[in-house]
Amino acid sequence: MSCAYLLLAISLCVSFANAVEVQRPRGVPLSKRQFYEENKPFTCLDGSRTIPFDRVNDDYCDCKDGSDEPGTAACPNGSFHCTNAGYKPTFIPSSRINDGICDCCDTTDEYNSGASCQNTCRELGRQERETLQKQAEIAKEGFLLKQQLINEAKKQREEKQGKMTEMQTNRRTMEEKVEALRTVKEVAEQPEKEAKERHLKAWEDQKAIIRAEKDKTKMAEAFLELDDDADGYVSVVELQSHTELDPDSDGALTEAEAQALLGGAGKVDTSSFESAWDNIKDKYISESQADSAAVDPPVEDNRPPVPDNEPYHDDEPVDEDEENEDDDEDDDYPEEDSDKPIPTVHTPEKSEQDEEAMPPYDAETQTLIDAAQKTRDDFDEAERALREVDDQIKSIEKELSFDFGTSGEFTYLYSQCYDLTTSEYIYRLCPFNRVSQKPKYGGSETNLGSWGSWAGPVDSKYMVMKYEHGTGCWQGPNRSTTVKLICGKETVVISTSEPSRSLERRTPPRGY
Amino acid sequence: MRNMAAPIDRMGLLLLTLLPVLFSISDAVDRSNFKTCEQSAFCKRQRDVKPGQSPYRALLETLELSDTRLTLQLINDNNKVRLLLELYRLQGNMTRVKINELKPLKPRYEVPDVLVKDPPTEPLSVLNRDENGVVLSLGADSQRLIISARPFRLDIVDGPNVLLSINSRGLLVFEHLRLRKDTKSETDTEQDVEQNVAEKGEGEEEVKEEEDQPGMWEETFKSHSDSKPNGPTSISLDFSFPGVEHVYGIPEHADTLKLKSTEGGDPYRLYNLDVFQYELHNPMALYGAVPVLLSHTTDRTMGVFWLNAAETWVDISSSASVQGGSEKSQTDVRWISESGIIDVFVMLGPRPTDVFSQYASLTGTQSFPPLAALAYHQCRWNYNDQEDVKAVDDGFDEHDIPYDFIWLDIEHTDGKRYFTWDPLKFSQPREMLQNLKDKKRKMVTIVDPHIKVDSGYKIHKEISSKGFYIKNKDGGDYEGWCWPGNAGYPDFTKPEMRAWWASMFAYDQYEGSMENLYTWNDMNEPSVFNGPEVTMHKDALHGAWEHRDVHNLYGFYVQMATAQGLIQRSGGVERPFVLTRAFFAGSQRYGAVWTGDNAAEWGHLKMSIPMCLSLGLVGISFCGADVGGFFKSPNPELLVRWYQAGAYQPFFRAHAHLDTPRREPWLFGPENTALIREAVRQRYTLLPYWYQLFYHAHRTGQPAMRPLWVEYPENAATFAIEDEFLLGKDLLVHPVTDEGSRGVTAHLPGEGEVWYDVHTYKKHQGNQNLYIPVTMNSIPVFQRGGSIISRKERVRRSSLCMQDDPYTLYVAVNAQGTAEGELYIDDGHTFNYEKQQFIHRRLTFAEGELSSSNLSPDSQFSTASWIEKVVFMGVTKPNAATLRTAGGLESALEFEFEPATELLSLRKPGVNAGADWTIQLR
Repeated sequence: MSCAYLLLAISLCVSFANAVEVQRPRGVPLSKRQFYEENKPFTCLDGSRTIPFDRVNDDYCDCKDGSDEPGTAACPNGSFHCTNAGYKPTFIPSSRINDGICDCCDTTDEYNSGASCQNTCRELGRQERETLQKQAEIAKEGFLLKQQLINEAKKQREEKQGKMTEMQTNRRTMEEKVEALRTVKEVAEQPEKEAKERHLKAWEDQKAIIRAEKDKTKMAEAFLELDDDADGYVSVVELQSHTELDPDSDGALTEAEAQALLGGAGKVDTSSFESAWDNIKDKYISESQADSAAVDPPVEDNRPPVPDNEPYHDDEPVDEDEENEDDDEDDDYPEEDSDKPIPTVHTPEKSEQDEEAMPPYDAETQTLIDAAQKTRDDFDEAERALREVDDQIKSIEKELSFDFGTSGEFTYLYSQCYDLTTSEYIYRLCPFNRVSQKPKYGGSETNLGSWGSWAGPVDSKYMVMKYEHGTGCWQGPNRSTTVKLICGKETVVISTSEPSRSLERRTPPRGY
Repeated sequence: MRNMAAPIDRMGLLLLTLLPVLFSISDAVDRSNFKTCEQSAFCKRQRDVKPGQSPYRALLETLELSDTRLTLQLINDNNKVRLLLELYRLQGNMTRVKINELKPLKPRYEVPDVLVKDPPTEPLSVLNRDENGVVLSLGADSQRLIISARPFRLDIVDGPNVLLSINSRGLLVFEHLRLRKDTKSETDTEQDVEQNVAEKGEGEEEVKEEEDQPGMWEETFKSHSDSKPNGPTSISLDFSFPGVEHVYGIPEHADTLKLKSTEGGDPYRLYNLDVFQYELHNPMALYGAVPVLLSHTTDRTMGVFWLNAAETWVDISSSASVQGGSEKSQTDVRWISESGIIDVFVMLGPRPTDVFSQYASLTGTQSFPPLAALAYHQCRWNYNDQEDVKAVDDGFDEHDIPYDFIWLDIEHTDGKRYFTWDPLKFSQPREMLQNLKDKKRKMVTIVDPHIKVDSGYKIHKEISSKGFYIKNKDGGDYEGWCWPGNAGYPDFTKPEMRAWWASMFAYDQYEGSMENLYTWNDMNEPSVFNGPEVTMHKDALHGAWEHRDVHNLYGFYVQMATAQGLIQRSGGVERPFVLTRAFFAGSQRYGAVWTGDNAAEWGHLKMSIPMCLSLGLVGISFCGADVGGFFKSPNPELLVRWYQAGAYQPFFRAHAHLDTPRREPWLFGPENTALIREAVRQRYTLLPYWYQLFYHAHRTGQPAMRPLWVEYPENAATFAIEDEFLLGKDLLVHPVTDEGSRGVTAHLPGEGEVWYDVHTYKKHQGNQNLYIPVTMNSIPVFQRGGSIISRKERVRRSSLCMQDDPYTLYVAVNAQGTAEGELYIDDGHTFNYEKQQFIHRRLTFAEGELSSSNLSPDSQFSTASWIEKVVFMGVTKPNAATLRTAGGLESALEFEFEPATELLSLRKPGVNAGADWTIQLR
């Protein structure tokens, strides 16, 4: 768009040189000459009043619209026309007439101020033409490049769309496959489940028998232990030495309590001990264990104690050292963990460690399980594949949803990043993604905004990109970046300016 | 009328300001950084002394009267320490009261350099004398000074009326210098006793040994300790104003124009401090201090100037007094300072203008700024580099908004080394300045008084080698933390240091500087980031004196030396322009001040009026607030309203904090750009009037921006008005300072006066409260009937571009059909006006004749400016208008008349602005 505009400008500038001086009151453009007829009363251009012609440019403002003083500074809202032969004609505010500052390159604005102005129109015209020519060349190249990019983008887009259609077709097939495999899986899992349950139940029964036997053995042992006088009976007195059995935990096992535990009897024999055992087995501590607990001081470490003189590091030397070094670099939390033993309280060993591992499945069950596992694996794989395709479709959809310009000429910027290094910072622009800034000499990156939208004026929306919601500023809004695009041959970040620390950080001209 | 409207007015105001205050709590000043009176040992000690019987007695037998002064000893009956009282009757209806120790252990600090000269005296004569006291005559009229002996007290009376009483509440306290008890050697003690005995009069009782109180010999605030080697040295004195309800002055505080009673709160504090995000309506100290208080009643205006540069607290209370049988209100004022002596100037008025002249005769008048300095200033922390400066400069032209000065804050320097430029961002300062000069514009760079300690930095090296740095208590160079990091603070109290500093502004010293570069002194309280209360340790040393003694003078001296530098670099030809943040009495002589780091809040916009009015009352006319607010970001409405208010305040500069979004006038859409453009243009059209006001401020000390009561001293309804103000006596401004305002109520003063809306020319009667509906482009401004104001209506890029432009005279006719005004013209930037190179015209309109006559026949100046138009407000349509020039030539002038507004415009008289002429309306 802008390239075409520049090309137009070239043809205009050719006509500058052809401008011819035509007599008219000072400051009047050729186009308005007919309103200023000498020796005829002048009517203000807004029609508000009519004045004698000698009051045109008499340094007094008679017309509200300033039209009677095109060549003086008398009217606050007037404008002065510089012909600028050799360059572009222009209008300047009347207030710049005879203010001692040269505004028109043909010096006509300073006719009575004593300012010594040089006519620079020809030189400016030459420079302008050169610049325009250069720009036109660049623009032409850029234009070609743009066409190329548009074509590429179009191709890419078509490809992407084609791929997406294909993937969507694939997806449907895959979806069907997933459903089919799900059914297969469910069918295979049913017998597997039943067989597993059977196996489990058999094992549970087996375990119950073993446990009962063990309990019986323990009971017998306990009976023997308790029966201190070996009279074949456990008496209340004998039981009372086991204070851990105290039901109300007041520290003393009273006679009554002991008797209650023995089922109300003063003493019990082996057979009646069975019912008493049920009352006490949960709390009962074997006398051999109770003795060792009383004698040994509580051990604070559950690791085997290591003698001081033993070269500890020889055991696990490399690991420990490396671990420590790593810890130093990261944080010393884990180091403390490994060095300081965790305080533990010695508890009586649970006697329930008798549970053996579940026996392996029988061959028949195993076959069912293997078969079911295969269906599961197949199903999972199919589902994963479907998800992958979904992701790909989403990603293509996202890319296709971006506004890459009227003809997709900005498509190639997608997923690219461009850096610019200034005296203080390295700026990074990743178009359609984010802008960031990193201090050159260390320090963390600052987010200057994520892709927001195209933000150029209505007629050239694609000249400006807006990145928003960057890191917040002190007492200010979140950072944001405006990227201005200009036509060129290559894609570079040309310059950056930071008008204020926030809001308007620009990473402007860049070209394509 | 006023009274009826006022409550409604105030309610609206309250509701609108409440919200911002609530929201801003987290950002407000950290009060704990600054002392309360309770935390300031001497203030607490002094404030603990309650009114009552004074221990001081005048020893009348010691009275000595010479041509110029009266001296008299006072004795404190508790500790037998004698004081010396000196009384002077000064020319211009002033009385000076000085009290010092009769024989201090070592000299006490007396403030130098603030008074422009030794105030000329007039003879005092004793009218009556007995054992109870002495009556002195203060001139020919009925004014008397009465000295009462027991207890000591001074009363200034006018006929039967007591104007002012001193020590009537017995709050004179003079902590005499003493030896530290624990360090006294035996011989010292003996000598001490001998001395005491020697001094003791006959028959006097034993001296009561005073108990040391905590904080007398050492004081700690937060982590900072003050070693106080001299012990307690504070002073205090009370003043009572019978019949007075309104007192003003003692800036700088972000508080109301009319001072409030400090009972139940802290006193107003005068101690120059860099207060981060200051709070409104608070007696806390700010950046500057002018220890001058004005009292005003319908009968008389008076002033008290407490010449002391140490930390000072001012308590104000009101009570009732009985005078002449009827009960009257009374205002009691008590001054407390940490060190130095009591040196008080009582300015007896009687009119406001008299007090201004009296004070000006003591401390000088406002410096006459270059005309451009009265135009618009564009500032921000920071314009990033030369390209940025150019872009902003071009922006003003592109949007056709005039400006005269662009400012560079600290970032322009090479690592906060003042007098240098950042080598990357401002590599070609002369080129940049030349570009501005080509557009007839100027620049200001910041030069702060903290000097980076860096052996490779010329300024530091020289100050250090010359021994010009302030010393710490142990004798080494004092170092503190500021923008550059570790910094030294030059001792500006030394004349040699100031002379050297001034020489640094020479074009060959300040590299890259040019004649269109001017200076801004910031952080000169001085600000010390890691010092107590963000300033310097009080036990730091300025030669023989402690920083404690001179603190409030530091900024004054910095600006003095800088202004001297700008004068010297031009060989004494060009007027300087220097902006300062810290100031003291007399700072008006060296340039402009601004109200420091305000915030983009409506409350701060509103507060800019009383803050600048208070400064104007004490001589500092060239005052402004950062337009837009320094901290935070204004919404477009606030920014526009601030431009509109700022355009009618003396120092008109937009400024913003580094972390705020950019806010050049064109960044808020075309409508707001147009509104700001219009406000700035109004300023430029009025520059001739501003210039004339500053010429008068310079010549006479009358404030440029005035409270209404100054011109209407008998109209009690004006006494507390602080939402509108007068420029000179002819323009009344009521800025819109409320968000979403649909109208303002302006008080138009003066029974029988008329006021003309300067935008619509509509006539309004005086002595009324006028409701003015407003829109976003309204700036309610009225011209007083009876005045003639000159404008330049061809607004250009900068004021210098308008130098030769013609004038339009606005003749606003009063009820008597007359008007008068002045027109002052000179070259706008040199001291040649002192050599009579100026035009000063009197413009009068009476009996249908407008004439221009020479007010200063001895002066000589020629101007290219002429009179392009004369606008009359409030006249009837004439049949003819005839111009008669000096040669007696007569010519008819064309005119237009609008009956609806009684507006008459005369077309193009075309006479030179410096010529004699008359225009007759028939």
